[in-house]
Amino acid sequence: MMPAFGSGWAALFYKELLRFWKVSFQTILAPMLTALLYLLIFSHVLESHVSVFDGKVRYSSFLVPGLVMMSVLQNAFANSSSSLIQSKITGNLIFVLLPPLSPLDIFGAYVMGAMVRGLVVGVGVFLVTLWFVPLSLEHPAWVVAFALLGSAILGILGVVAGIVADKFDQIAAFQNFLIMPLTFLSGVFYSIHTLPPFWQALSRFNPFFYMIDGFRYGFFGLSDVPPLTSFAVVATCCAALAALTLAMLKSGYKLRH
Amino acid sequence: MTVTPAVEILDIARRFGDIDALAGVDLRVEPGEFFGLLGPNGAGKTTLISVLAGLVRADRGSARVLGHDVVSDYRKARRMLGVVPQELVFDPFFSVRETLRLQAGYFGLSRNDDWIDEILHHLGLTSRANANMRALSGGMKRRVLVGQALVHKPPVIVLDEPTAGVDVELRQSLWAFIRKLNHDGHTIILTTHYLEEAESLCNRIAMLKAGRIVALDTTQNLLSSFAGLTVRLTAPELPRGWDAHVQRHEGAHYLLTLENYGELERLLAAFRQSGIAVAELSLQEADLEQVFLRIMKRAA
Repeated sequence: MMPAFGSGWAALFYKELLRFWKVSFQTILAPMLTALLYLLIFSHVLESHVSVFDGKVRYSSFLVPGLVMMSVLQNAFANSSSSLIQSKITGNLIFVLLPPLSPLDIFGAYVMGAMVRGLVVGVGVFLVTLWFVPLSLEHPAWVVAFALLGSAILGILGVVAGIVADKFDQIAAFQNFLIMPLTFLSGVFYSIHTLPPFWQALSRFNPFFYMIDGFRYGFFGLSDVPPLTSFAVVATCCAALAALTLAMLKSGYKLRH
Repeated sequence: MTVTPAVEILDIARRFGDIDALAGVDLRVEPGEFFGLLGPNGAGKTTLISVLAGLVRADRGSARVLGHDVVSDYRKARRMLGVVPQELVFDPFFSVRETLRLQAGYFGLSRNDDWIDEILHHLGLTSRANANMRALSGGMKRRVLVGQALVHKPPVIVLDEPTAGVDVELRQSLWAFIRKLNHDGHTIILTTHYLEEAESLCNRIAMLKAGRIVALDTTQNLLSSFAGLTVRLTAPELPRGWDAHVQRHEGAHYLLTLENYGELERLLAAFRQSGIAVAELSLQEADLEQVFLRIMKRAA
């Protein structure tokens, strides 16, 4: 049963939720399984070979926050980017452009829809991994803060990609050549202190690193960078991306001629 | 007391690359009118509608829907307008009812299932209300497009070639429904390539060519001022000097276009003077297609 919509924004947000919920095998269960496979395989292969945080945390436990955050980020990006590019290519974006929705309405609906999907997958991955790995939750507020900011940033990036891209191929390129490398090279599977100094320094230019490091701090109370620093970097990135995306929507760039 | 026009377009121009899609269009549509917008492919009809709907930004000029500027007061302008797009587009994730509820929701409307049920009934979609959009035939998808344009009860409805590719039965039922909407007070703006459709439905027509309006008048005035006559006759030959009027000729059967009844009288006088007997003669008043072709030719 559809809820009563109070405004156009709410209806578009609901549509974004309904869209991924109708194909939940693909959008929620499949990513959960993927993350679980990463956990089982990597922890089995590397548990006895990799030491993190001076041995204070088991490697398999160390992996979980990284995998949860990776799932959150990738699925948030996938939701908004795929929704927009499909609507553009099939032409049904017209049904969003004809109503009196403001740029902020459109931005809010797509980004929050992406955040919900990212967070649902993240929570699912977290709950499933609890069966296999012991975990602590030292600072849950940081967990929530970084999960929200991380999913927002990738949701916004998904909106940007969806606006700029003209074909599915370009979205795939954005995902495979930008999002995935930045995610994998952000410390999901390793602590950056294990890297040579040059790569350590380079990692600090990757905003995804701060999302994952701050998120991990919420679990173990341990991080490569102070959580407030991570929060400042991530919050600034989020604000800057939001401003850019709203400007794009207001100008009608690639959506209205 | 001046009545706010349903649509007011002032000096709208829009260029795409080297092409003037619209080259300074002025147009006013009064509330309750059934207005036709005709023109060949590339004339600017869809661009004009897109400017009105906020899908395209004009390079200059202004457009208003019931007094609300489509740029500076876009929220109110868009609430007043329902647009049935030309292309057969749909969202494959949703059913017919979900599609209509979501569309109503985008306009801030909820709990209007009674109106949605009425739309479904008038469009013959009640039995398919819970079917996924992908499962519908092309004609049904087009009906859903009409439903989506009406779901927020807009006072002004624009239909961009609504019966393109549609079978005769559906075309008739859509015409009947659109007539009913106009009778109920909605302003209708129709673009179509089916000129008999425009002649039958529209009280006033604008003809567009290369981004400019080349004719704008009531349907009746257009038919009578540019119309002329079509004459079918059977005769062994034509009198000298009348070949230029021949549209078609097969053996002894001629189809001629004449300006008016005075010219018909001169043709008959020419037959009498030449001693050529006319075996059969029938008259047909020009239809909008002929008016359209003559106006387009004149504007070239």
